[in-house]
Amino acid sequence: MMAGLSDSIRSGDGVAGVLARVSRSFTGLVGLLIVAAIIAIAALAPFIAPHDPDAIDVLNRFSGPSARHWLGSDHLGRDLASRLMHGATVAMAVALAAISAGLTIGTALGILAAYLPTRWERFILIIFDVILSFPSLILALAIVAVFGPSTVMVVLIVAITLIPQFGRVARAQVLTLKSAPFLEAERILGASSLRIVTSHVLPNIVGPLLVLASMDVPVVITIEAGLSFLGLGVRPPQSSWGTLIQDGYQYLSDSWIPVLVSSVALVLATLGFTLFGEALRDAADPRLNRER
Amino acid sequence: MNIGAVMGGGAALAEAEIAATPALLALEDVGLVYNGRVRALDGIDLAIRRGEIVGLVGESGSGKTTLCKALMGLERVTAGRISLGGQAIDALIDRDALAFRRKAQMLLQDAVASLSPRMRIGRLLEEPLRIHGLDLGEGRARILALLQRLGLPPNTLDKFPHQISGGQARRVAILRALVLNPDIIVADEPTAGLDVSVQGDLLNLMLDLQAEFGLTYLMVSHNLNVVRRVTGRTVVMYLGQIVEEAPTRALFAAPAHPYSAALLSTNPSVDPARRRARTVLKGEIPSVVNPPSGCRFHTRCPQAVARCAREAPALREAGGGRRVRCHFPLATGLAQPPDAA
Repeated sequence: MMAGLSDSIRSGDGVAGVLARVSRSFTGLVGLLIVAAIIAIAALAPFIAPHDPDAIDVLNRFSGPSARHWLGSDHLGRDLASRLMHGATVAMAVALAAISAGLTIGTALGILAAYLPTRWERFILIIFDVILSFPSLILALAIVAVFGPSTVMVVLIVAITLIPQFGRVARAQVLTLKSAPFLEAERILGASSLRIVTSHVLPNIVGPLLVLASMDVPVVITIEAGLSFLGLGVRPPQSSWGTLIQDGYQYLSDSWIPVLVSSVALVLATLGFTLFGEALRDAADPRLNRER
Repeated sequence: MNIGAVMGGGAALAEAEIAATPALLALEDVGLVYNGRVRALDGIDLAIRRGEIVGLVGESGSGKTTLCKALMGLERVTAGRISLGGQAIDALIDRDALAFRRKAQMLLQDAVASLSPRMRIGRLLEEPLRIHGLDLGEGRARILALLQRLGLPPNTLDKFPHQISGGQARRVAILRALVLNPDIIVADEPTAGLDVSVQGDLLNLMLDLQAEFGLTYLMVSHNLNVVRRVTGRTVVMYLGQIVEEAPTRALFAAPAHPYSAALLSTNPSVDPARRRARTVLKGEIPSVVNPPSGCRFHTRCPQAVARCAREAPALREAGGGRRVRCHFPLATGLAQPPDAA
């Protein structure tokens, strides 16, 4: 049980073993529970939401929490609980899509950078630096100004800003692995470069990249909410935590409840994923584990 | 069982019979220069015949591993020609790299590290089949047969590389090479890091396999006892050059090159008849970037004279199948091997 994520993948105790290690610390357990709840809500929102999130009921606008509206209703009388649940779906979908895209493209570029001749390596690294040199919000404003706001744009922007960090980590990992004897042994057996990278390099660098990806989830959630809050992301009437906070903010003088519940949802989500990501990182680092 | 119990490999096949066959692997004036100035290999001439076991010894930095990599086509030589079965390996690799890989295989020094850590042994053993597009069913049957032949328990297939012992990892590496049915196996330190008892078993196994599959071995080793017991012929390298090549028994009985003599004198022996006065060389092996003038060994040679610093000796025939690169080879005729039997 002392082994890290890499060892557990190696010895095949799989996802269950990793999660068991994550939940051994209190904060890890809290993070895991919040993450599990949010993912469940996001996946099941259409089935468990008590109301249609877009159903307008102007007579009951700004109703406080009640049996009918658990968390109250917004300025158009839409059910806040249902909108929050659907907002979770949007947040999770954006996070999943953007992080998978950033992870895939970044890892591919990072591996290429490590294997290509210096000229091309430099070219790729410069692209990474260029992307990193843009504050992501400025980049988002620029892209939205050209293409207009939409959920797809949010995914695209976030994916682009995530590419360099995955790329850099992947490249560093490959560089330390490149001269490993088992890769040379595969070459001696006649394995092609593609085969060596996909079957032998990738499985050995994916652990740290996945930990990094899990740490990015809260960041992506806040970026999505932030862009949507500014009207640069998810378009109304679709509910996102960002648009919910924006709507609540517009009518703050009428009721403080919409802002409060939407903000708490956002805070809980970022907190849960942060705690989970940190616990996962600790579980993946055998040195930290041994001290316990 | 210890190494002493391993039978001499040179005797496995009649030496005369080997000498008559054409060279399986031939190196002609092979040189390898990195970055235009690092002369890792220089003027290597060597022929290995089918069925031979040739030992390669020398200090760290003498070019042993580079030579192995050049033989495997992992490093392209910058001068001379390496040929396998009469054909230049560069051409063989360019034409059909996989076919070349099926002929020549190499066992890396660190057997555990040479197995991909996230794959089970069973999957690792199937790697050569998949890479070469061989029939998986047939190949698996062969793997199972070899598994038994090499004395590996069947449950080894389900384990990961870090779950097996060093000796088992060696056997897995050997098995993986044998799956391709190669002609020649280059073994870099096949016994490094193993218990003496495991070393003996492994060497016996390698000798049995050699006879069974008609293999040819080039064995690189720091362990002179291994070389002495297993190989029929020994090549001594120093700073990227061959300094002496001789039948193993003759070399160990009476080395002709002062460097071989110094190297062999450091080898511990329990037999007092074999003990020699220990020659301790001064200093480190010089750099191949800027090798010493004349004879490359003159800076550390106990009997160097002025001529050695000026004039580079050639690798000359010295009789009895021996070649030596020295202006003043040590007398070998006087000292008859005490253990010639």
